[in-house]
Amino acid sequence: MFDLKGKSALVTGASGGIGAEIARALHAGGAVVALSGTRVEPLEALAAELGEGAHVCPANLSDPESVEALPKAALAAMGGLDILVNNAGITRDGLAMRMSDDDWQSVIDVNLTAAFRLMRGCLRPMMKARWGRMINITSIVGQTGNPGQVNYAAAKAGLVGASKSLAQEVASRGVTVNCVAPGFIATAMTDKLNDEQKAGLLSGIPAGRMGAPEEIAAAVRYLASPEAGYVTGAVLHVNGGMAMI
Amino acid sequence: MSDIADRVKKIVVEHLGVEEDKVTESASFIDDLGADSLDTVELVMAFEEEFGIEIPDDAAENIQTVGDAVKFITEAA
Repeated sequence: MFDLKGKSALVTGASGGIGAEIARALHAGGAVVALSGTRVEPLEALAAELGEGAHVCPANLSDPESVEALPKAALAAMGGLDILVNNAGITRDGLAMRMSDDDWQSVIDVNLTAAFRLMRGCLRPMMKARWGRMINITSIVGQTGNPGQVNYAAAKAGLVGASKSLAQEVASRGVTVNCVAPGFIATAMTDKLNDEQKAGLLSGIPAGRMGAPEEIAAAVRYLASPEAGYVTGAVLHVNGGMAMI
Repeated sequence: MSDIADRVKKIVVEHLGVEEDKVTESASFIDDLGADSLDTVELVMAFEEEFGIEIPDDAAENIQTVGDAVKFITEAA
């Protein structure tokens, strides 16, 4: 089940904790992967770890030209483009009263606009093939909000609306568009929290623990699989029960 | 029929799955051949690939019939 043999997947933000795990899961499922990110070194390290069927396609998602070029580069490297995982994201946290236009805009540009452009860029090959999977990594905060993250929450909520709209446009062509919304996932970022902060967080999570990147990756692999062909416009929450929506 | 018209017709028949004799010059993609808005976008993409041309959005909007497509491509090619 959830076999991805013969499929080609582009994963953005593959240099990060969750992105790398998504790439591993898709590759383990048999897919050829194109690893994208701004930092080339971790991408090459991951490609070396995965071995055959892993390509490095660096891109700067805050640069529109770089975004436009990425699906073409991935298609050329892999010879196909069946699965897109928009995982890359940045944060520029701050209370709204003090948030600069630049902090607002840069988060919208990378987390929402680049994701849209990449989806648009992948549509042609997917529609021609009458098969495609687009999976956008959003966040619990896109639905619940989070103080200090007006920009990030807006971008993630925007991604959900965009996904649902596109899902309706292309469903008849065998292309699905879904979101995976992680809750608190243990990454390098959450390692920096102190014990008190962690305890505060965990008290709001019925599962009593943070999630692992592998648990996000498994959800992505499912949505990327042929078996998920009837699932579109959905938001799959992977959050240990911290918000049941 | 010209070579361009033949190739256009072939694409339309393949893409929309319609009978060849229905694909006349005056046939409207949407009203006569059952295309939806996404079909028309895909047809334009297919024409672009087949003929190696670029069809800008405003021109694409005006391509409503098989004849419109043949005319635009003949002028652009």
